[in-house]
Amino acid sequence: MKFELPNLSYSYDALEPYIDARTMEIHHTKHHMAYTTNLNNALAELKDYPATMEEILSTISKYSMAVRNNGGGYFNHNLFWELLTAKSSKKPVGKLAEAIERDFGSFEAFREKFNTAAATRFGSGWAWLVSQNGKLVIGSTPNQDNPLMDISELKGNPVLALDVWEHAYYLKYQNRRPEYIEAFWNIINWEKANELYIKTL
Amino acid sequence: MIHELPKLPYELNALEPWISAKTLEFHWGKHHQTYVNNLNNLIKGTEFENLSLEEIVKKSSGGIFNNAAQTWNHTFYFEQFSANPKKIPEGKLKELIDKTFGSLDQFKTEFNQLALTLFGSGWTWLIETTPGTLAIKQTSNAETPFKNSEKCLLVIDVWEHAYYLDTQNARAKYIENFWNVLDFKVIEKRL
Repeated sequence: MKFELPNLSYSYDALEPYIDARTMEIHHTKHHMAYTTNLNNALAELKDYPATMEEILSTISKYSMAVRNNGGGYFNHNLFWELLTAKSSKKPVGKLAEAIERDFGSFEAFREKFNTAAATRFGSGWAWLVSQNGKLVIGSTPNQDNPLMDISELKGNPVLALDVWEHAYYLKYQNRRPEYIEAFWNIINWEKANELYIKTL
Repeated sequence: MIHELPKLPYELNALEPWISAKTLEFHWGKHHQTYVNNLNNLIKGTEFENLSLEEIVKKSSGGIFNNAAQTWNHTFYFEQFSANPKKIPEGKLKELIDKTFGSLDQFKTEFNQLALTLFGSGWTWLIETTPGTLAIKQTSNAETPFKNSEKCLLVIDVWEHAYYLDTQNARAKYIENFWNVLDFKVIEKRL
């Protein structure tokens, strides 16, 4: 079985002006595509492997670096695209909104903490909001690691993800990562984030 | 002491079309400058305040190390380019490259492969591990071989910011372009 590059549920220019069409197109058709191809090539060398990425990630320490890097890249980008929308409510909804208030005090306090995690990840990586059996925690991972991996310091089920590899923002924002992080808050699919959160309860 | 951003030994557009003026404007003018500024801010009032850049890299960790090492790595990177580069090494450098890798072409092939496959942000180096012995080494993020007393001879920056404006996801193209402006005269002097 092969993993496939998913189509986006919106056009490449849908997230303008926050993320430009050229960045979206290269990010999806080149970077995400390369992770998908390289993951399938790495898995093809194995006799057997689980059917879902979640199962592979939870025992990633048993796999090669090629599976870890490309499997993480494949999974993380799938999730990232789903968490973006042109029609954002711009603030959390449902049970997730309540849990953010409960665990961080306010949406503003949560935002600030998430921004810091995204801005201070040195090099390439991801910022995360994860659920640890319902409790929300913010953190970051290097490169294409993610909180479902058994090797990850940050553990939990992803609720929100932000790609802070330079390829995610360099064409539009260059060295100004904080501006990209600020733009992200305008295009978050909070319905999807809430859905991911509810599954962990 | 206050650390300063070194001037480039060439104009911003001197390396075109291989490395664009726009890339250098950001890479040197923004990224390199930011590492220098962060370093100066972070060392204020610490044991590192009066140390040389090299000493800070050797003795520090965390944020101070990241900014000190990135300051050093970028200076080392930018210094090795020229609009009229010497493309074929001679003398002792040629001898050691031939001895270690067989030929200049073979060295470039191996170096390119490691530069291409470094995952995430980082650098690929030609180093002298012990006198007369060369090796190619990848380092992640800000890590730098001279922290472990290995002598650095040549480096390519493979953080995406080094090439994304020019070649986007095509890192291989950037690596190929790199050899058109890499000045072996500078590398020979480092040996």
